[in-house]
Amino acid sequence: MASSSPPLEVLPSTRLGATQRIDHWWLAPFAVAVGLALCGGYATWAIFQGQNYFAEPYLSPFYSPCLSAECPAEVRLLGITWWPFSPAILIMGAILGFRGTCYYYRKAYYRAYFMDPPACAVEEHRGSRYRGETAFPWILQNLHRYFLYLSIPILAFLWYDTLLAFRFDGGFGIGVGSVVLLTNVVLLSGYLFGCHSLRHLVGGRTDCYSCSRFPEARHGAWRISSIFNRHHMFWAWTSLVFVCLTDLYVRLVAMGVLSDPRLI
Amino acid sequence: MSTVDATGGVAAKSSPAAEGHPVATPGQRERSFRIWRGTAEKGEFVEYTTEVSEGMVVLDAVHQIQAEQAGDLAVRWNCKAGKCGSCSAEINGKPRLMCMTRLSEVPDDQPATIAPMRAFPLVRDLVTDVSWNYEVNRRIPAFQPRKPDFEDGTWRMHQFEVDRPQEMRKCIECFLCQDVCHVLRSHGKYDGFIGPAFLVRAAAYELHPLDTADRATYLKDEGGIGYCNITKCCTEVCPEDITITDNAIIPLKERVVDRYYDPIGKLVQLIKRK
Repeated sequence: MASSSPPLEVLPSTRLGATQRIDHWWLAPFAVAVGLALCGGYATWAIFQGQNYFAEPYLSPFYSPCLSAECPAEVRLLGITWWPFSPAILIMGAILGFRGTCYYYRKAYYRAYFMDPPACAVEEHRGSRYRGETAFPWILQNLHRYFLYLSIPILAFLWYDTLLAFRFDGGFGIGVGSVVLLTNVVLLSGYLFGCHSLRHLVGGRTDCYSCSRFPEARHGAWRISSIFNRHHMFWAWTSLVFVCLTDLYVRLVAMGVLSDPRLI
Repeated sequence: MSTVDATGGVAAKSSPAAEGHPVATPGQRERSFRIWRGTAEKGEFVEYTTEVSEGMVVLDAVHQIQAEQAGDLAVRWNCKAGKCGSCSAEINGKPRLMCMTRLSEVPDDQPATIAPMRAFPLVRDLVTDVSWNYEVNRRIPAFQPRKPDFEDGTWRMHQFEVDRPQEMRKCIECFLCQDVCHVLRSHGKYDGFIGPAFLVRAAAYELHPLDTADRATYLKDEGGIGYCNITKCCTEVCPEDITITDNAIIPLKERVVDRYYDPIGKLVQLIKRK
């Protein structure tokens, strides 16, 4: 490729954060940094807690599917006996990997934490050592679709748990917790359906739909995923915040702090 | 008695202009601008004050300054309609087209700063040398249509199949996305990364239903798509509202993943082919 003369140095300084922008460009990365730290901090605490994650019929989304032998009988799956830690840790890798390699979150944390760049047209650490996502560790971002594969069954379990949240004493009922769990799983579904990798896999990789098998189904799937994808940031944030709030609600009910009023 | 002028405005029979007084256009007032003057070797911001009126864009103000105070001010422009992509600059630090930036959008509590694009070598004042982009463009593997569907040498395709590449064809080559891309702007990867504008160009070919060329290797190696870390600045500055990151770069990144980072996917494809 052709080389080029060095770019113009109009700014008096190329120090981190130097810019001619006069708006509050630092506000968005600051808010993202705080938001991710709060949600990440709470989620880490909740995952390692290992108790108060079940208040019949509600299971905290951080613990679904509940695979360990420690899990309450109503929601126990597999019943793994050799795992001595919190059952949430067994599935944490898939969830963390899915969010961590998500194309939206990449933008968010590259800007907020790595300041690479802190904002558009704002100076960052300069240098030719930049390797982006071509080398370790960031080349691992390319594994996003594998975390997607792992997250799809987890979402299916969350839907199953949500259905169970509408069963009280063997019959149908609705509690505040049922609505909370339903909202949570809808937001998580919106986030997953708009995933860039999913959008690619269900139809985006196809150029000539009319030349392929099931053209309408493929294009339809791509189109539906694109609808969610257009607001991927919205789904990413709302689902992240709400999954923490859902865990908090279940936890408070399990601890007896909240009573979970029945609506029906 | 009054007459209607060519623009539909109503002019009084005995106007101040007719009496030799300067005409005050409604909303006319003075505004200050700090414009970069100089070459790559030596330059500085020079402050100009000029009268502006409602509806003016930044390029109007620059032209007015050029006409009244700085006849040697170099500025590239052509259509004044946001379609030629010539008047790219950085207005208060944000890469924008001067002809599409109304003065009413620019805060007036301090002089507006107008600087040339930083990612390209400066020629003079607001004009940069963007020829590197044309060299890059020539290296992208060309569009290769499949054999014609019919004996008359034509093809048939559905509109929904070409919607995706058509979004990419809206590009006006203003190179604002190249300018704001930190891989070029801050890290200077001119030798290893083609930049968002040409990932858009590659996507226009790659997503086309008739195209048969394989660009995965080009995109990974010479195109340097892995350098892009999805900060979406290119999408933010695109005056044509092309969703560069989501609709061009990420789909291309996913195609590179298909080829190089997805062994299970490749195995499935292999089995399906057999």
